[in-house]
Amino acid sequence: MVTARRLTKAFGDLVAVDHIDFDIVRGESFGFLGPNGAGKTSTMRMIACMSPRTSGTLTVLGRDPETDGPAIRARIGLVPQEDSLDLQLTVLDNLMIYGRYFDLPKKVIRERAERLLAFAELTERARDTVEPLSGGMKRRLTIARALVSEPDLLILDEPTTGLDPQARHLLWDRLYRLKLAGVTLVITTHYMDEAEQLCDRLVVMDKGRIAASGSPAALIERYSTREVLELRFVGHEPPGHDSLAGLGERIEVLPDRVLVYADDAERALGELEGRGIRPANWLVRRSSLEDVFLSLTGRTLVD
Amino acid sequence: METWGAQHAAGGRLPPSLRVLRYHLFSYLRTWRSSLTTSFLAPVLYLAAMGVGLGSLINHHVGTVDHVRYLSFVAPGLLAASAMQVAASDSMYPVMAAIKWIRTYYAMLATPLAVKDVVLGHFGWVTVRLVITSVAYLGIMAAFGTVHSALAPLALVAAILVGLSFAGVISAFAATQENDQGFATISRLGLIPLFLLSATFFPLRQLPGWLHPLAYATPLFHGVDLCRMLVLGQLDWVSAGWDLAYLVGLCALGLVLSRRLFTRRLVV
Repeated sequence: MVTARRLTKAFGDLVAVDHIDFDIVRGESFGFLGPNGAGKTSTMRMIACMSPRTSGTLTVLGRDPETDGPAIRARIGLVPQEDSLDLQLTVLDNLMIYGRYFDLPKKVIRERAERLLAFAELTERARDTVEPLSGGMKRRLTIARALVSEPDLLILDEPTTGLDPQARHLLWDRLYRLKLAGVTLVITTHYMDEAEQLCDRLVVMDKGRIAASGSPAALIERYSTREVLELRFVGHEPPGHDSLAGLGERIEVLPDRVLVYADDAERALGELEGRGIRPANWLVRRSSLEDVFLSLTGRTLVD
Repeated sequence: METWGAQHAAGGRLPPSLRVLRYHLFSYLRTWRSSLTTSFLAPVLYLAAMGVGLGSLINHHVGTVDHVRYLSFVAPGLLAASAMQVAASDSMYPVMAAIKWIRTYYAMLATPLAVKDVVLGHFGWVTVRLVITSVAYLGIMAAFGTVHSALAPLALVAAILVGLSFAGVISAFAATQENDQGFATISRLGLIPLFLLSATFFPLRQLPGWLHPLAYATPLFHGVDLCRMLVLGQLDWVSAGWDLAYLVGLCALGLVLSRRLFTRRLVV
């Protein structure tokens, strides 16, 4: 569906996307995981044929955005990071005007709107003005709007940023259903749980480059251990590296905690106590994509 | 969702710029009540106050102005001036809102529409607005008895040209702005002086000679001149020719500038 080779986007001296390669296959849910400023949005705008690339090749649905922008945009849907809903019009009107940009017949738009509003759980608000709706509702409306043209590819740029947990889970559920229906999804996010929940495959992006790619499970297996022991030392200095040496495969010292990466974290904990080290707080958890990112870049996803 | 349409007609048949115009029409039909007073009532009030009020004073003490009573002199000037006002106000805040606050243009650009369609659609919409307000205004002028020539309907074309010449350059300017400070400057230092000094209310010869070239350089003067000639039937072909050339030229420049500056702002 999408192929990129040495894709680059520069704004003057600032290189936002630095010669990246990726392939997105039909029917999959593909993610771009990275912190703010990694170049995810710039990449999305290039795929959505809204931003010209600086160099490299990019094909979307078999065509080149440079020459076939409008034709490609006729078959993809974009859910941008910032809302672009018409606040003074109603929910239904917003779907109508968008569908008319594609020159879809009014009757067709109305039929699709009915299904899409049910999908987005907005049927009861169909005739309400958009402005007073909550952030979650507006985001669901934007997704419904992007689906009016029944696109082959749906691009979502940070779809749950700024939403409360309930809204996020509702959205994830909806996106999962879309995936099951066969829509190819491209998602950017800086939330590791979102990437783990939604993506079949993903690339980890940082400072314009791709640090790693693969399925969530494969990335965790490759770049992290199975479990993590989190330690907090409140009020006194954390023990030096020497005293923690050998506890696990890797140790990461963060400003607020120490992470001990081991395949068996309980055992590491036992050994910790055996060495006489008493943390104020500890917990054992499974590795996540956050740990993958930390291992690859030395930084956390969310700062 | 059960099934997804395998294919659908990509693109559609209606020219993309007309789809943008269609959106503006739809949006206006849903929200017109809020703008009724400003775009229409103001010029009518001016006509009543200046034309009738001031007019009776002038008619009594000075007689005719350029061979007609004052009301007939000032009315076509106000026609051109209100076209300027409508076009300018449609090209300042609405354009900035569509770029920065509501981001309507970005919504459009995510579909098969392109920047040139957005620009043409905006111009098309301003034209529709100018036709509506100018036709209504001409009707009121006729009711006040200030239409003296069969050429008067052509004043509609002149009003549209004046309006579009402002719409072009002001839209282009709006696309470069991050806040509305520039708009206040345009209104205070541009539109209002033009309104007062472009022979709208009094013949140009009333102003000192050194101000005349300034008036000739601005679009409203040419619009007022053309409208007045057509409504009063006092056509001077050379003068009209220059007025027309100026206005058409500025419209073309505005179109080119808008396209370039919209692209620079929206397609980054």
